[in-house]
Amino acid sequence: MASAAQGKSTTTRFAPHARAAEVSSTASAKEAALRFQISDLNFFYGPKQAVFGLNLKIPANKVTALIGPSGCGKSTFLRTLNRMNEIIRNTRVEGEILLDGQEIRTMDVVGLRRRVGMVFQRPNPFPKSIYDNVAYGLRINGYKGRLDDLVEHSLKRAALWEEVKDYLKKSAFALSGGQQQRLCIARALAIDPEVLLLDEPCSALDPVTTAKIEELMFQLKDSCTMAIVTHNMQQAARASDYTAFMLDGKLIEHSETPKLFTTPTDPRTEAYITGRFG
Amino acid sequence: MSNLRLAWRKGLNIVMLSLTGVAAFLVVAVLFLILGFLIYNGAKSLNWAFFTQLPKPVGETGGGMGNAIVGSLKLLLLAAVMGLPVGLMAGVYLAEFGGKTFSFVIRYTTDLLNGVPSIVIGIFAFAVAVVPVKHFSTLAGGLALGFMVIPITVRSTEEFLRAVPGSLREGAMALGASKWRTIATVVLPAAGGGILTGMLLSLARVAGETAPLLFSAFSNTYWSPGWGQPTASLPVMIYRYALSPYDDWHRQAWAGGLVLLSLVLIANLGCRLILNRRGSFRSV
Repeated sequence: MASAAQGKSTTTRFAPHARAAEVSSTASAKEAALRFQISDLNFFYGPKQAVFGLNLKIPANKVTALIGPSGCGKSTFLRTLNRMNEIIRNTRVEGEILLDGQEIRTMDVVGLRRRVGMVFQRPNPFPKSIYDNVAYGLRINGYKGRLDDLVEHSLKRAALWEEVKDYLKKSAFALSGGQQQRLCIARALAIDPEVLLLDEPCSALDPVTTAKIEELMFQLKDSCTMAIVTHNMQQAARASDYTAFMLDGKLIEHSETPKLFTTPTDPRTEAYITGRFG
Repeated sequence: MSNLRLAWRKGLNIVMLSLTGVAAFLVVAVLFLILGFLIYNGAKSLNWAFFTQLPKPVGETGGGMGNAIVGSLKLLLLAAVMGLPVGLMAGVYLAEFGGKTFSFVIRYTTDLLNGVPSIVIGIFAFAVAVVPVKHFSTLAGGLALGFMVIPITVRSTEEFLRAVPGSLREGAMALGASKWRTIATVVLPAAGGGILTGMLLSLARVAGETAPLLFSAFSNTYWSPGWGQPTASLPVMIYRYALSPYDDWHRQAWAGGLVLLSLVLIANLGCRLILNRRGSFRSV
């Protein structure tokens, strides 16, 4: 199953239309598939350990939320999944991170990041036009097809097309914060990733825009696996299928979202979700 | 008692405010004084011939500094070709790649190079580019000015690159861009306006340098063909003409100063325009 999914992803890398159709037809078969399998993960910033012996399975075509107080290591953990922490000097990863059964540290980092996209806490559009922002990932990956179509398709998937279709040549900075964040999502979606990592994507946005992005995540589920770090427990409860609670670098509890929020098994989880700390 | 104290505070406030105001006014006044002086003394000698003709021999009125203007432009072109790429690349290295110790050494050395008196740079250019070929040349002058352009460009490039938010780099790398690709396609364009400004300002600064040219490009009463001959340049020409005993040459020197200052001012204004047009790269 895992290798089949992998093969498909390489052949249809730049054909999102085709893959979306394919996914919906095989959605039931992929229901139980695991995208990421993380075993005994330890992470160090220099001598300081930030993640301790973490085990987590991230199922395909679902939204997995990571919650926990500030500094509990959830962002650090998320950033190990596309090896973004490698940019930071003096960091070290131990353990096993399997994407579709393959260890990500043996993969080419460019290929990995093409399959595992990321949206950051603050919108970070490039100082380019809206069009060029979306086309950026395609261009650097040497895509030689019709850019216009994919840019349009990506903006539509990010629910931004209607708002910007007449201003594609304008600077991305002319957009509002929420539009910029959706532009960043469109930019990540343009290279058709299998997984989308969202690092507190709504923390700088107002509630209306937040609702739009949550709606968007719901629609993306049929083509994409998502992992979202959030401080907002209501958001985790609304938008995710599975929730993982982290504390001091350790995974405390992981289960289906309704279960974790209604009948948590660990007293620390209960204390956190009822607002007794954090 | 408390009234006295209040009066003292208010008085001190007024005095200090006036002092800083006067100092600020002086800063502006100095520039306008110089500019006014140059215009008063030099504007009369400015005409088309000044820009196009060679200097006339002593005793004949008229003539111009055409060769010096062209010479200065050629020297600046050489300085730009030799100094700017090195400065830019070193700045990129410092801001994006450098480790701790090595970067510290480079940064420190750059500051030292910036502090080397220009006459010493002139002597150095003389030793490496004039002595071996046994004659002064435009190339040697360009080399001397190129040395002076490097440190300013390095530091301004580094500053502007550091001002680019790290989130832009992460955004590009998360899309699968390599480090160099990220720098070339996202970081440098984001800092482009600022870097360009730094380059123009560094050229504007060396445009007025006289000492290094005395030992390298020297001077020339005629047009200087090609790059291997000594060439006239505005600063050296002003220096020679201002020291001469002839009134007519004094007027020409004033006019030369006016042209030189105008060039620098235009470069500065150009930078402002570029920076304003590019706008800020900060998001949200």
